[in-house]
Amino acid sequence: MEDLVNIFVKSVFIDNMIFAYFLGMCSYLAVSKTVKTAVGLGAAVIFVLGITVPINYLLENYVLKAGALAWLSDDLADVDLSFLSFIMFIAVIASMVQLVEMIVEKVSPALYSALGIFLPLIAVNCSILGGALFMQERQYSTIAEATAFGLGSGVGWLLAIVAIAAIREKIRYSNVPAPLRGLGITFIITGLMGIAFMSFMGIQL
Amino acid sequence: MKLFKNILNSVKPHFEKGGKLEKLYPAYDAFETFLFVPDHTSHTGAHMRDAIDLKRTMFTVVLALIPALIFGMWNTGYQHFLALGITEPDCVESLIYGATKILPMIIVSYGVGLGIEFAFAISRGHSVNEGYLVTGLLIPMIMPADLPLWMLAVAVVFAVVIGKEVFGGTGMNILNPALTARAFLFFAYPTMMSGDKVWISLGGEQAVDGFSGATPLANAIEGGVNAIPSIMESFIGIIPGSIAETSGVAILIGAALLLISGIASWRVMIGMLLGGYAMGLIFNGFADSADNLYMAVPAIHQIVMGGFLFGMVFMATDPVSAAQTNKGKWIYGFLTGLLAILIRVVNPAYPEGVMMAILFMNVMAPLVDHYVVSANINRRMKRVKTA
Repeated sequence: MEDLVNIFVKSVFIDNMIFAYFLGMCSYLAVSKTVKTAVGLGAAVIFVLGITVPINYLLENYVLKAGALAWLSDDLADVDLSFLSFIMFIAVIASMVQLVEMIVEKVSPALYSALGIFLPLIAVNCSILGGALFMQERQYSTIAEATAFGLGSGVGWLLAIVAIAAIREKIRYSNVPAPLRGLGITFIITGLMGIAFMSFMGIQL
Repeated sequence: MKLFKNILNSVKPHFEKGGKLEKLYPAYDAFETFLFVPDHTSHTGAHMRDAIDLKRTMFTVVLALIPALIFGMWNTGYQHFLALGITEPDCVESLIYGATKILPMIIVSYGVGLGIEFAFAISRGHSVNEGYLVTGLLIPMIMPADLPLWMLAVAVVFAVVIGKEVFGGTGMNILNPALTARAFLFFAYPTMMSGDKVWISLGGEQAVDGFSGATPLANAIEGGVNAIPSIMESFIGIIPGSIAETSGVAILIGAALLLISGIASWRVMIGMLLGGYAMGLIFNGFADSADNLYMAVPAIHQIVMGGFLFGMVFMATDPVSAAQTNKGKWIYGFLTGLLAILIRVVNPAYPEGVMMAILFMNVMAPLVDHYVVSANINRRMKRVKTA
């Protein structure tokens, strides 16, 4: 249990998807104008990460990894399908995003229209595929660990996008130099927030 | 004073509309408002007038910083002579040595920072204001005394341009500019900003054998509570550290001034104090079962050592980058204190966590405000509906 909490906290703060790896920047920059939509998209990302990482974990360990097919028959014990991992992960992610899209459209049409194109684009949000690939690379030992990692990464992403959305709401009336307005200042803020998030780098859990 | 007034009046026509130096009007305006209270009046709408304006606010903060600054100068010299093996350094000599170290830093900080402010004001056509007076004094005060001046200048450039001017100048920044400067140096030149070697000014001379220049915070990691100066020593502050952070007494004199004049928020200060104390107590509770000696340091001791008090009084209370709502200030302050001690104890990379905690909460402050405001809206909506 303690391990799971550690993995969760680590992926929220220390290995934050945005500030440690700068993954998932496109929707982070584009949908962070108001806190409300940012929370919606962040929740969608948590949901998708929380589902796809464990599913991809199962795929990885029972289908794709070298020798993973041994449970089917001994003949397949030396089959290595890991060259398929990208395409399989993406397929899982895309289908999950379809699911989320249908749910959001049904439950909250207002959020659906506010998120617009970025909801289907979660499918190609780098942090989702990044989550699956980090899971593969770090070789979590149980599915519970993979789930904790997926949820933690999602929560970290939500924290990042909600924080920057609040800052962008605050500086809406600031006298930012014209060439920097919009994305320019958002990049600078992201960099400064990255400095602040470095508070957690180096913590051993 | 009359002399200044005459000079200003005689050059004024050049700077006004149609004059030769029209473009430099913000520079002229800055000098005039710095020296005198001009009779500018607003041209539109009704305005409330109050004796406290930005200039007075900033000067009060500068006044509040003076005790810590003087103590810092003296302590820099005192530690310098101790390191050279002189057991009872002369008080005046110490002060003079410290002044020769610190005054150039202040001059560089003001020169570079105000230069940039003037350049931005002139090119963007707004007036220079007094915001930099405080930042420019704070930046040297939170640096080690032997920091090369060019590094200080680079940090000031980063803090003023990226930390403040790109957001539109004073009052618009999201991070505290002084801490931005320190964080910049901390990550860009870590050897000059951390470790055992930098906190005592040697001025190029060799320290006597067996002399350790480590700060109490670094010692606490190694040896826990037994390796650090007592609470009283930490509070009085004759120990190595950043220039002005060591003395709790000098800082609290400043804090009293800020609180009486109502300039700094008491909510942030009390909140941060409680947060730090609570976190210290929590760690004390776990201290027996953990092998981290830092955890056993008593909560009160955690608060008086290092930069906690300085950060609490002068950094976290920055009215621009702190939370704006009253409830938000409590939350912001409390979490800052909590995080400061948490980072100190848990993160082996940083023996001191106050700077990072304040920066982190600066980032989160708008979010805290957002939820305080929306909670308030919800509460009042409910009241309207039930009535």
